Amino acid sequence: MTVTVSNLIKRFGHKNNLNAAVNDVSFVAPEGKVTTLLGPSGSGKTTVLRMIGGLEVPNGGSITVGDRDITKIPVRERGVGFVFQNYALFRHMTVADNVAFGLSVRKAPKEETRAKVAELLGLVQLSGYGHRFPGQLSGGQRQRIALARALATKPSVLLLDEPFGALDARVRVELREWLREFHEKTHVTTLLVTHDQEEALELSDHVVLLNEGKVAQAGSPHDLYDHPASPFVASFLGGANVLRTNDGEVHAYVRPHDVRLYKTPVPSSDQLEMGRVERLIRVGGYVKLLLTMPNGDPMSVQMTKQEFDLRGIERGDKVLVDVDDMKPFSRDYQI
Amino acid sequence: MSGIVGHLGGPAQGPRGEATNEAPWVRFLLIAVALAFLGLVLVLPLAVVFGSAFAKGLGPFFEALSDSYTFSAIKLTLLVAAVAVPTNLVFGLGAAWLLAKYKFWGRSVLITLIDLPFSVSPVISGLIFVLLFGAHGWFGPALAAQDIKVIFAVPGIVLATCFITFPIVAREVLAVMEAQGSDEEEAALTLGASGWQILTRITLPNIKWGVLYGVILCNARAMGEFGAVSVVSGHIRGETNTMPLHVEILYNEYNFVGAFAVSSLLALLALFTLLLKKGLELLSQRAPKSEPLPTPVETIVAETPVTQVITS
Repeated sequence: MTVTVSNLIKRFGHKNNLNAAVNDVSFVAPEGKVTTLLGPSGSGKTTVLRMIGGLEVPNGGSITVGDRDITKIPVRERGVGFVFQNYALFRHMTVADNVAFGLSVRKAPKEETRAKVAELLGLVQLSGYGHRFPGQLSGGQRQRIALARALATKPSVLLLDEPFGALDARVRVELREWLREFHEKTHVTTLLVTHDQEEALELSDHVVLLNEGKVAQAGSPHDLYDHPASPFVASFLGGANVLRTNDGEVHAYVRPHDVRLYKTPVPSSDQLEMGRVERLIRVGGYVKLLLTMPNGDPMSVQMTKQEFDLRGIERGDKVLVDVDDMKPFSRDYQI
Repeated sequence: MSGIVGHLGGPAQGPRGEATNEAPWVRFLLIAVALAFLGLVLVLPLAVVFGSAFAKGLGPFFEALSDSYTFSAIKLTLLVAAVAVPTNLVFGLGAAWLLAKYKFWGRSVLITLIDLPFSVSPVISGLIFVLLFGAHGWFGPALAAQDIKVIFAVPGIVLATCFITFPIVAREVLAVMEAQGSDEEEAALTLGASGWQILTRITLPNIKWGVLYGVILCNARAMGEFGAVSVVSGHIRGETNTMPLHVEILYNEYNFVGAFAVSSLLALLALFTLLLKKGLELLSQRAPKSEPLPTPVETIVAETPVTQVITS
């Protein structure tokens, strides 16, 4: 069901603490879609998720699921599934008992519970692991069990707090793809917290980018990437070089892969500025370069290995900087 | 008097790398010094206790133990432990739960207060109760009017023992709870569990090893407590004499076989406690169901007067 968050406020510590962890946050997480709460650490994204789950009490604002206002409803009656960052599996119970927990506290019939557990273990591709203990599973397997456990009670909303945070890079990518497919099958309205922009771009239908307790921008991943509302959004999603006018005013941005570098004059050379190559970082199939522009601003550039080899650029070189695709910030997107 | 021994629990660390090893002669020297010290301070006294107890053979040993005063001292000690341990189990669990799960104003003060019985000399702990409940104490006259005797009677001994042993269960359980955090409780909550279901199905099973561990140590200390009990007991033979107090009386009467015979029982309790403690550590590490016990803050071993049998 659609989750609507309106003017949510959360202050930690003293009542008059002016630095609210969540400061007037509003957004809509569409029904049946994956919505990502993205932001750097300290942006308040986990706090928002915990308030939707009922694990934190907001100081103001409201949360509705469908047309039901759940702001003051206790956790137990909210009907949300929550998957914790460190999984929080019950270590003294078997995997099957973990998955069955939500049903057994509701005193569901034994047969029904057993069938449901078998079904869910199959769904997360861990049939046959029911008798094991969480300590005997790998990180990725625990994550999937936590997911199965949260889904057992048929929640109307699934909340995932940094679901891949504790996994190594390879498993993280695998599990991300798996989760996407999993969602295609279940279509449970999902809210997911992450600080990883790649994860957000790949997994979600809708992104809510948070910064310092406020929504910086919300929309489809495509929207945020192509039409960032502020330098923060542009640099957080995909990285960007912010361009200034002569009086220091921010006016546009350019993505690192939209910059061309030339060592020798090209037809449009008379309009180009010269930059100095300060650093080269080779990362597999591409190369990252860090330049200093004549006005002292840094400029980061990314190019394929082929292009880099073709140009024959070295550290310390003065190069012509051609900005391919300079874009203004979409002010009207700013909130 | 109290034997507070540092203890390294938890899973064993692997051997040190070769680079940090000392030369062989240094290692041998250090080991020899350590062994000699252990022998002198730990093994020798223990041997003396058992040696003296059996100095005149088995007959006098069992004769000393079957003395009616000795028997009533053993009975009283068991009674005191039977009251003090469950009491401290309940209150220790409550205190640990409160401190681990909630952040509130004055929390750190409360944590420090729990340690108070450890930091005060047991004799002073005893005196506190005399000042409160003695004939000239705050509540003494009122209690006397009701014909209730606390000091120089069993209630005083139980109170003093509860006070002395209070921190043990609370500290053990608090350490386990803090290491585990509240995540599993929160998860249970989101899955629809009630407060009682969370307590009985999540919290208690998770801390059971820590609780058992605390109970064993608490029991050892409750049976071995001397200082505080000595102050409030009045040393009435057959009535308010616990085992440690009885040892002192027998020793002062030059009844060495008797004194050491009772001491040997306390020493056996200490050894049994250590064995049980070790067993629990192994069990909790082997069980796939739970995490190993975190390193306990302190380990308190039964104390016995006169002979000071403190083992580790």
